[in-house]
Amino acid sequence: MRIYADNAATTKMSRTAIDAMVSVMEEEFGNPSSLYEIGQNAREILEKAREDVAVVIGAEPREIIFTSGGSEADNQAIRSAGALGKRKGKKHIISTAFEHHAILHTLKRMEEEGFEVTLLDVHENGLITPEEVEAAIREDTCLVTIMYANNEIGTIQPIPEIGAICKKHGVLFHTDAVQAMAHLPINVKEQNIDMLSCSAHKFHGPKGTGFLYARKGIPLRNLIEGGAQERGLRAGTENVAGIVGLAAALKEATDGMEEKMAHVAAMRDRLIAGLKQIPHSALNGDETRRLPGNVNFCFEGIEGESLLLLLDDRGICASSGSACTSGSLDPSHVLLAIGRVHDVAHGSLRLSLGEDITEEEVDYIIKNVGEVVEYLRGFSPVWRDLMSGKTEFIL
Amino acid sequence: MALYSSTVMDHFRNPRNVGVIEDADGIGEVGNARCGDIMTMYLKIEDDIVKDVKFETFGCGSAIASSSMATELIKGKPVSEARQLTNKAVAEALDGLPDYKMHCSVLAEEAILAALDDYYKKHPEKAPE
Repeated sequence: MRIYADNAATTKMSRTAIDAMVSVMEEEFGNPSSLYEIGQNAREILEKAREDVAVVIGAEPREIIFTSGGSEADNQAIRSAGALGKRKGKKHIISTAFEHHAILHTLKRMEEEGFEVTLLDVHENGLITPEEVEAAIREDTCLVTIMYANNEIGTIQPIPEIGAICKKHGVLFHTDAVQAMAHLPINVKEQNIDMLSCSAHKFHGPKGTGFLYARKGIPLRNLIEGGAQERGLRAGTENVAGIVGLAAALKEATDGMEEKMAHVAAMRDRLIAGLKQIPHSALNGDETRRLPGNVNFCFEGIEGESLLLLLDDRGICASSGSACTSGSLDPSHVLLAIGRVHDVAHGSLRLSLGEDITEEEVDYIIKNVGEVVEYLRGFSPVWRDLMSGKTEFIL
Repeated sequence: MALYSSTVMDHFRNPRNVGVIEDADGIGEVGNARCGDIMTMYLKIEDDIVKDVKFETFGCGSAIASSSMATELIKGKPVSEARQLTNKAVAEALDGLPDYKMHCSVLAEEAILAALDDYYKKHPEKAPE
């Protein structure tokens, strides 16, 4: 059995998206900027994709800027808000401690350039409150950027409420919706979102494509200088095939989304209930206010990378926030942000389920995670000390 | 390309000499849970020979493989030879480790040396000059 349970990392491309892309690559090779028919056909296809995307999130086509993915969209949103704020003498940005690195590293750079950044603490359940955002807003705040749903622990922030507060205070609100798109109902107007980032490969589209939604009237700053593509906001000949693949995947994924996500959430809850039976384990993040497919656990006394490798041997693809898998000395900044201590954060496991997950597969995961955790604990000096009472259990 | 060599994966999947020696002559423990790696080595020494060696490890794949390989390299060897074990020898025997995992082989070396130090502490007459 092979179960791909790492859909938060990337997803398998949908047949519909592949077919749409191949057809464009084979038949519509034109440059959308060319005047002759071949070029204008490509232009038409590109603008149709923009309309399709806009409809899904309740935006206008001109509010969609296609990018190379979520990271670029995040960078552009922050840079744009920063440039606008600077002109008005507003150089304060609010975010959270557990954002994606595309946000955190950009903010770090902004700090070096004279901006002041407030990173809100995240509660143990992986959530922040709109009141906390409001309390952090200052006269000179130019941007609030808070992720829609967390990529590691899946917790869903109260986005419409945060957006309403930002609106009230006249502060721009950006959300990184890379994990949320096509998994949760998103409407930028109803949910008071000024800017939003999205990446196609998280919903069965191609890698290397994404978009930034920016409400009409927000002056964007382009990151890539050059031609006048994307209304001069993002230079470079458009990745027409990729954009078409993005639009096709998004349309497909959001078609009947509620029903699909109800199934995924039921499987998630079954998986959580099963893994909770493993002694000295804990779910990371709020149990209900989380993405339909996200399960993230810490198991005391073991290290995440060895768990992943042994699960791979049993056909299960997952990920971990351990230091060894992050390539740094510290475990996941997300797990540390919700108050997990290093010792426990090293033993984390993230399973992110896809729409086609079955009950049988969930049960297979539960059984095998249980066995592997028990096996690794069997020769772990940390577990030995916990069991002998030399050290105290944290979980 | 795989993350680890097939030898690393073999020692990770089928670690040699796993466990505890209840009446060990030397025990060494290095690393800490905060950093994500702890190794404990148990030695049984008779007639200046490493008669038996066992390990327990909390850590990643290369930490477990390094512990396993280190035990294989000193098992049955004279104590004087075991003292010469280096992390380089462990890594080479594993057909290499990724750069950022070399510290796992260092930890394995340190665990063996710590266990030998413990042995000398208990048997000062055996300690080298």
